[in-house]
Amino acid sequence: MFELILRFAVRNPLRHKLRSVLTLTGIVVAILAFGLLGTIVSAWYAGVNAASDKRLVTRNSISLTFSMPLAYADRIRAIEGVTDLSWENWFGGIYKEPSNFFPQFAVEPESFFRLVPEFRVKPDELQAFMRDRRGAIVGRKLARRFGWQIGDVIPLKGTIFAGDYEFVLRGIYDGARASTDENQFFLRWDYLNEKIKQLFPGSENQVGIFLIGIADGREAATVSQRVDANFRNSLAETLTETEKAFQLSFVAMTGTIVKAIQIVSCVIIFIIMAVMANTMAMAARERSSEYATLKALGFRPWVVGALVYAESIAVALSAGGIGILLTGPAARVVGGKLDNIFPVFGVAPETIQLQWAAALLIGLVAALIPARQAMRVKIIEGLRQAG
Amino acid sequence: MNKIPFNYIWRNLLTRKLTTALTAGGMALVVFVFTAVLMLDAGLKATMVATGRPDNVMVIRAASETEVQSSIDNAQMSVLETLPHIALDDTGKPMFSRECLVLYSLVKKDTGVATNVTIRGTGDMGLALRPQVQLQTGRLFKPGSSEIIVGTNLAKEFKGVEIGQTLAFARRDWLVVGIFDAGKTAFSSEVWGDAEQLKQAFRRPVYSSLIFQLDAPGNFDTLKNRVADDRRLTVELKPETQFYADQSKFLAGFISVLGLTLSVIFSIGAIIGAMITMYAAVASRTAEIGTLRAIGFRRTNILIAFLAESLLLSLLGGIAGLAAASGMQAVSISTMNWQTFAELAFAFKLSPQIALASLLFALTMGFLGGVLPAWRAARLNIVTAVRSA
Repeated sequence: MFELILRFAVRNPLRHKLRSVLTLTGIVVAILAFGLLGTIVSAWYAGVNAASDKRLVTRNSISLTFSMPLAYADRIRAIEGVTDLSWENWFGGIYKEPSNFFPQFAVEPESFFRLVPEFRVKPDELQAFMRDRRGAIVGRKLARRFGWQIGDVIPLKGTIFAGDYEFVLRGIYDGARASTDENQFFLRWDYLNEKIKQLFPGSENQVGIFLIGIADGREAATVSQRVDANFRNSLAETLTETEKAFQLSFVAMTGTIVKAIQIVSCVIIFIIMAVMANTMAMAARERSSEYATLKALGFRPWVVGALVYAESIAVALSAGGIGILLTGPAARVVGGKLDNIFPVFGVAPETIQLQWAAALLIGLVAALIPARQAMRVKIIEGLRQAG
Repeated sequence: MNKIPFNYIWRNLLTRKLTTALTAGGMALVVFVFTAVLMLDAGLKATMVATGRPDNVMVIRAASETEVQSSIDNAQMSVLETLPHIALDDTGKPMFSRECLVLYSLVKKDTGVATNVTIRGTGDMGLALRPQVQLQTGRLFKPGSSEIIVGTNLAKEFKGVEIGQTLAFARRDWLVVGIFDAGKTAFSSEVWGDAEQLKQAFRRPVYSSLIFQLDAPGNFDTLKNRVADDRRLTVELKPETQFYADQSKFLAGFISVLGLTLSVIFSIGAIIGAMITMYAAVASRTAEIGTLRAIGFRRTNILIAFLAESLLLSLLGGIAGLAAASGMQAVSISTMNWQTFAELAFAFKLSPQIALASLLFALTMGFLGGVLPAWRAARLNIVTAVRSA
């Protein structure tokens, strides 16, 4: 019995090749688009997923655009549970054109790469960075994007700390994992501080965020509370959270857009469901005499229904498979184009699972009405049509 | 006998309701996405254009791009205030407003997440320069006090900003005394207070920006050149409308590129749907087509009839999609603008051009889906076609 159903499932779509090819193409496109949209959403969360649970981020509680005095560093170090400390400022410079955007941070050179081991820098390059106050370390992807070599001078125009800056590339870091952001630019905090002292006297010794290392992720909540309690009622009250929560707050601010993309990726599945359901309805209509014959031969109605389902699912799943195979290469092309927006752009295993599920859903829903009609075919009427 | 009656075409769609509904439904969804994207883009632009006024000029520090990043020290401020071509109000006072902007994180009602909102320090003249800002309930903040007023979008979307509630920041409690309506502008997503008080509380020695009104619109370029020549000034002048339009460039670009790419990809699905339907229509009516040809209709008549059927089908889908999208006008979107790093609310906006573009988009899908099947119908051989019955 099952062999019969299977054979029908494979043979029936071949009877109407043009229609099957068209339907197949439609589903391939839909599954591909669905996968790409899923990948965009996961790229949005890349920073969150790459975050370490052994790091806390302390910022000014008013908002990220407010800084904290450098003097906080010693007070934070003295807090129980804090094992390491680094700090950074958002630099926000422009490289030639505003459209060349990439994130730039002024980091405390000695501690930063120790605290963030997923940015792998060769020891000699790190040494060179420590020796040169104008030194910079950039991600592999960023260096490739602009063709920078070690020793190159990179001019940046400051937007927050107005002025023209020139940095010398001293090192290129590699990400420890595929999900590590290789699109960042690091300059030295002490150099920036020196420049600020010259340009805007009185604004120096300010820190954008403190990066706190803790020994055990389970201590995150208590250490955070200790830090914030220490600075309560001061001029710059702090807000300390895990790096994950910190990254998530960025994603949450653009949550509406993520939501819109998710809704739209469901819409494409609905569109293709309508197309597929239409195909199946036509097929079932044409074959009502066959279904009547099968019934006359003594097959039960559920067998007839199963035939429709099997055909629909076979088409949907094979199209889904092709779509999933194409998603990888397509994501590489799209990821290359959106490099500066999404530094990490890879198809996640969950996305592929969702694609299979969507394909299966399309197959099932599309067969719903046609299968019911096929099961209800009256033998006499069906056979009369054939006459 | 030169045209196949429209009734014939229309009836054909009616006989197979399920197929017609599914095909048109698929197209309706595509048109819906397409229209919604155009509406969103138009809504964002309308918001940004309405925020600025053509005769107002925004002054920020050169290369700072946004008001939050900008700072203008007192020395430059006093030079700027003595510039010519600044309009005077009825009492003879020059119409300029020194403003101070900071970002503060507030918690959204529906999601519970904290997001950045703009707090603008301004004064009487700041309100006079923006007649689109009207007090809705409560009263204005008193100069020299820790009082604030909030925009309608903020009041609707965020916690803790009702009249009588206080926001605690910069070691003070700020009392909300009023809610202002700024229509569909970016100001509706802001908190306003007294510039001097905010500056002191946040220990800011400098202002962020200066806004003034021109005495005559033609004088902008003269003024711009004069400022560029003045070695004491490192600022940038922009008409307010352009300033706000520039601030949403990235977001607008992102929405339209992503949305239009999606629409094109989605339309492939819908075109295939139309093709399947039309091929089936041709196949099931082969005998009919043969008969029509036999009684004297020409190939072009058949071609046009089937193409018209496909176009009609897509028009149905287009109208349905457009109708659904027009319902989106009631929805407003609130998200972070990457460029200003602050919350911005804007609505979907439908215009006749967008409606026309959407219907044309639908008809294009119908044409692309219908042209090959119609071609096949027109090329059928009369004898074999009639015999197939």
